[in-house]
Amino acid sequence: MASKFTVSNRTGWLMAGPAVLLIAGFVILPFFLAFYFSFTNQRLVSPNATEFVGMSNYRQLLGVTTLTLDPVRDDSGAVVMKDGEPEYPSLRTITRNNPDRPDLAGMREWFSFSLGGDSKTFVLARDVVFMKAVVNTFIFVLIVAPVQAGLALGLALLINQRLKGINVFRAIYFMPVVVSIVVVSLLWRLIYDGQSGLLNNLLGAISFGLIPPIDWLGNPSTALGSIIAMSIWQAVGFHMVIWLSGLQTISPTLYEAAAIEGASKWQVFRYITWPGLRNTAVLILIVITMQAFGLFAQIDVMTNGGPLDSTQTIVFQAIERGYGKQDISGGSAISVILFIIVLSISLIQRWLTREKT
Amino acid sequence: MARISLKNVKKSYGATHVIKGVDIEIEDGEFCVFVGPSGCGKSTLLRMIAGLEDITSGQLQIGETVVNDLPPKDRGVAMVFQSYAIFPHMTVRENVAFGLTISGASKEEKDAKVAEAARILQMEHLLDRRPSQLSGGQRQRVAIGRAIVRKPQVFLFDEPLSNLDAALRMDMRMEIGKLHQQLGATMIYVTHDQVEAMTLADKIVVLKDGQVMQIGAPMDLYHDPANLFVAGFLGAPSMNFLKVTVQGVNGGKVLVSNGALDPVEVSGKRGPFRVGDQAILGLRPQYLSVAPGSGKLHGTVALTERLGAETVVEVTLKDGNPLIAALAHDAVFDVGSQVHLDFDPDRVHLFPVT
Ligand SMILES: Nc1ncnc2c1ncn2[C@@H]1O[C@H](COP(=O)(O)OP(=O)(O)OP(=O)(O)O)[C@@H](O)[C@H]1O
Ligand SMILES: [Mg+2]
Repeated sequence: MASKFTVSNRTGWLMAGPAVLLIAGFVILPFFLAFYFSFTNQRLVSPNATEFVGMSNYRQLLGVTTLTLDPVRDDSGAVVMKDGEPEYPSLRTITRNNPDRPDLAGMREWFSFSLGGDSKTFVLARDVVFMKAVVNTFIFVLIVAPVQAGLALGLALLINQRLKGINVFRAIYFMPVVVSIVVVSLLWRLIYDGQSGLLNNLLGAISFGLIPPIDWLGNPSTALGSIIAMSIWQAVGFHMVIWLSGLQTISPTLYEAAAIEGASKWQVFRYITWPGLRNTAVLILIVITMQAFGLFAQIDVMTNGGPLDSTQTIVFQAIERGYGKQDISGGSAISVILFIIVLSISLIQRWLTREKT
Repeated sequence: MARISLKNVKKSYGATHVIKGVDIEIEDGEFCVFVGPSGCGKSTLLRMIAGLEDITSGQLQIGETVVNDLPPKDRGVAMVFQSYAIFPHMTVRENVAFGLTISGASKEEKDAKVAEAARILQMEHLLDRRPSQLSGGQRQRVAIGRAIVRKPQVFLFDEPLSNLDAALRMDMRMEIGKLHQQLGATMIYVTHDQVEAMTLADKIVVLKDGQVMQIGAPMDLYHDPANLFVAGFLGAPSMNFLKVTVQGVNGGKVLVSNGALDPVEVSGKRGPFRVGDQAILGLRPQYLSVAPGSGKLHGTVALTERLGAETVVEVTLKDGNPLIAALAHDAVFDVGSQVHLDFDPDRVHLFPVT
């Protein structure tokens, strides 16, 4: 039997209409277009007709191979040393115009390692910047997800008390969430400033000038960490509120029963609070992971992927390809790859945290 | 030893006084029931004894210790909640063993004590289930099981049966009574059901508006209520109250009557009464009997309800006031017929008008 709410409810459809149209136009359509473009050579503006290129965009992005080289030896057979290290043949001679290895054409060194002995293994990637973006994004997710979820839980536990003025704290922790991420990023650029930033001044003051000013965003070894710290701070309040709502679904009599049975604070958390937060934890983990994979605005405002590609991320690359370099097909392929990564991780997380029967 | 003693215990939430100075002595091993209408402060008082609610003033002693400022776990009490409060994500076994887990008991000890509790409560077959797979009565057993494994000195029950249906309620009531005999622990039981109070209690505390109305053994309260509230609260159908006028005072005896009641001499111990005073005469429906042609009370039958064991008759007295009589099961009356009722003057209670 069709319900009254699904049939001939013109008002309902009229009300939902604009939202449905906008979602269809700006979310669903682009989603399918991205799949389509990723198999073509579409450019943002181009006089040439679009052609199907099969998997070539993906091959270009994901092409990785290894190459093991022996060091250069002199006539006597001894290893030639340069600056105290063995010298290896130049990679360019191998990857460029080399009829022996056409498969390596256009590849560049990503990183290298040696497994004992004199030979050295080079990992070559067709698109080194994208590889760095993938690695950076994973580092970001792996640090942000547990740290942000944990901090948010800590704050929620602190704030879930009946104290006078507790709402002031709730508001304070939530404030960064309502401020636009662009504004927050601009402010943190000032905080992280290499000369007279707030952070450098603060560190200088508490260490009596012992800690020299650091160019937090200009230094490849601190840039990603700085962005991680700022991102955790910015959204921790949002997840705190979700934890808080989870905490409030736990019946207070369970806590009373535990108190009478003599449970310590830790035991209460371990046996009552944490099991009661199970579903909230799954939700928060998935939401943080998805948000973290989407890291873009902070990078765009604060570092533009630099210095030395140390803060490249997948979404930043997708947008830079698509609009910066007008390579819509490349950007689309990156989006599709990101979609597959996030989907698989969410599915794995759900499977790992499933209700065991 | 777990005597419990409350001395002038009070509780207020800001300006609202919920418990207004309560003195109660509960002996070791006694089954004490707090009864009273909804909102009279029974739960609050129980939670103060448990340590879940702090005591605004007065003194609470369990055993030899003043426990006013001790946390719940140091009071040696176990509590069974109305909402059961069993942990939803643990099996029955884990729930029952919770207190032992918390105190770090060995697995053998836990298994032995859980098995014993399960045997006492007849729930061996439920141990591996989760609370969501249990009925209300079974959940209540789990909650009781969790309370008994630790062998506390004092058990506190807050309306443990109020979520159960009538039949199950009676079974569980009897089981709680048996449990008390087996364990011999001090128990405090909160209810607003007077049947539970009458059947289970060694001592009943009747509360109203945060004050103790009367404390005593169930039958003492039933036969000798200290005031109108207690008189009306205990017994079903509840006591009839007739407005009467004092006709004469003779030592401890008072002669009273009204338009439907022939003059009768009753005890005046709740006095003092003076001639001409208004007073209230309490008559239990069960102590009224039909006296054809004679009797002290006169009226007409307004309604009869045959309950099997007894027949409840609503009588409209000559002065227009209603009266309930619970008569023998075979009594038959026509509605509208004249009745004359008699009673034993020693079984009625005269209360001053307050
Ligand atoms: N936190 C509170 N703040 C203010 N008043 C309260 C609070 N808790 C309880 N009260 C009041 O205290 C009184 C006693 O409450 P209590 O829960 O002890 O009643 P009760 O006798 O157990 O009633 P019931 O039979 O309905 O459970 C009630 O009038 C209630 O409104
Ligand atoms: Mg209550």
